[in-house]
Amino acid sequence: MTKTFEPLKSFFSEVGGISIFAGRFFREGFLPPYEFNELLRQSFEIGYRTLTLVGVTGFIMGLVITIQSHPSMEAFGTESWLPSVVSVSLVREIVPVITALICAGKIGSGIGAELGSMNVTEQIDAMEVSGTNPFKYLIVTRVIATTLMLPILVILADTISLYGAFIGVNMKQVISFNLYTNQIFEKLSFSDVLPSIIKSFFFGFGIAVIGCYKGYYTRNGTEGVGRAANSSVVVSTFVVFIIDLLAAQIADILHFT
Amino acid sequence: MNTTETREPVVIIQNLKKSFGDNHVLNDFNLNVYKGENVVVLGRSGTGKSVLIKCLVRLLDADEGEMKVFGMSITDLKHKELDDIRAKIGFLFQSSALYDSMTVRENLEFPLRRHKHKISKQEVDALIKTALENVALAGTEAMMPAELSGGMKKRIGIARMLILNPEVMLYDEPTTGLDPITGREINHLMLEVQRKFNTSSIIISHDMNCVRRTANRVVVLINGKCYAEGTYDELKNSNDKNIKQFFD
Ligand SMILES: Nc1ncnc2c1ncn2[C@@H]1O[C@H](COP(=O)(O)OP(=O)(O)OP(=O)(O)O)[C@@H](O)[C@H]1O
Ligand SMILES: [Mg+2]
Repeated sequence: MTKTFEPLKSFFSEVGGISIFAGRFFREGFLPPYEFNELLRQSFEIGYRTLTLVGVTGFIMGLVITIQSHPSMEAFGTESWLPSVVSVSLVREIVPVITALICAGKIGSGIGAELGSMNVTEQIDAMEVSGTNPFKYLIVTRVIATTLMLPILVILADTISLYGAFIGVNMKQVISFNLYTNQIFEKLSFSDVLPSIIKSFFFGFGIAVIGCYKGYYTRNGTEGVGRAANSSVVVSTFVVFIIDLLAAQIADILHFT
Repeated sequence: MNTTETREPVVIIQNLKKSFGDNHVLNDFNLNVYKGENVVVLGRSGTGKSVLIKCLVRLLDADEGEMKVFGMSITDLKHKELDDIRAKIGFLFQSSALYDSMTVRENLEFPLRRHKHKISKQEVDALIKTALENVALAGTEAMMPAELSGGMKKRIGIARMLILNPEVMLYDEPTTGLDPITGREINHLMLEVQRKFNTSSIIISHDMNCVRRTANRVVVLINGKCYAEGTYDELKNSNDKNIKQFFD
């Protein structure tokens, strides 16, 4: 009888644990002392490490989505709408979500593994006895850095993906870059960009909080480190989709459509 | 030994209790450590030796009991005071706990910058140089922990704890996992630290070579209690089978 409730119980204790952890972030994160140097270093690390990956994926997404959409648009005789239709779906949905998923894989697992190994090799304890609050030094900086970097990465990937789409459009028809940008910005408005940027902040926050939570509470030695990295990715991927779903609903209610 | 009894103890642990759920790790543990003395805590794996010294610096919160360091009760210190006390306690972790992402130099710099906020670059340089010379590893500033051998890591760990000139040293299994020769070097280093800086130490070990060479006094931890206490020779000649097993 109790066995059947076991997965449910562990799910709720996980959700509870993560919420308490996030709460602690808000309590401790805004009180001095602030770790500015570490925050800058983390932002650079996190941004720089994922830059290439996000850029290349953005380009491929732009290119592929355009090539894939072309036949059906052609069938309806709406080829000339290709740039505007593709750009809206890229900017609103595809690029932010794909970027977040890549970051969940790269940043989330990185944070989980790094903090996990720091934990099992007592480095976090060593920090604490060295007059440092490890929660501030390690967690707060990583969460803020990821939350700030993700929208930047998304904007970058948006831009690159639109270049990719331009090349995709040019494979089937000839269109000048000027005309292409005109067509895009005729359709693409502030209300497409803003919600996608806002949700990127939440993606970043979710990914970092989960990676940090998994790493900070790693148990069972080196074996636990692998598990922390792995479950960071699994849980944060799931959370990205949940946030995306909520964001779509909220944008709908607020008429950001 | 009588001379130590008249001195004021630097560390006092009284009726320390610590459990994790049903696992009663420490149960009324008592220990005094006097100025300039090396006390070795001997105990089997998993008896709570690491837990004991972690309670002493409040990395773990004790369930019950009184702990005093330099006459201050550790259990009810505020954050700032706790940091000040921690700066006077050196802690060598069982796994050395060097920061993987930092060079040796940055590892040594970390506690300095954290505990002493106003310190010039020249002072830092000088302190790091002396600390590395003390452990015979001058010139390794730029190396990463991953490039160091186990023995070197232990020594950098000791350099990192020495850099703040602590008065109490806590060594968690300083020689475990090292070859006998490197182990002997670490023993030598610990004795030199004691002699040079007149520090008091709690050394956790089950390496009998280390115990024989470094201990002024040995405490045997069994079932969460201080089971027996004495010099190395006193315990070695004991007839109690629980004590004997360590010396066979
Ligand atoms: N944070 C913790 N949470 C739960 N249990 C713990 C924790 N830390 C230690 N324990 C338990 O306390 C007991 C004592 O652990 P401790 O690390 O002090 O052993 P030890 O004497 O240092 O052993 P070793 O010589 O292997 O290092 C073990 O049973 C361990 O499982
Ligand atoms: Mg131990």
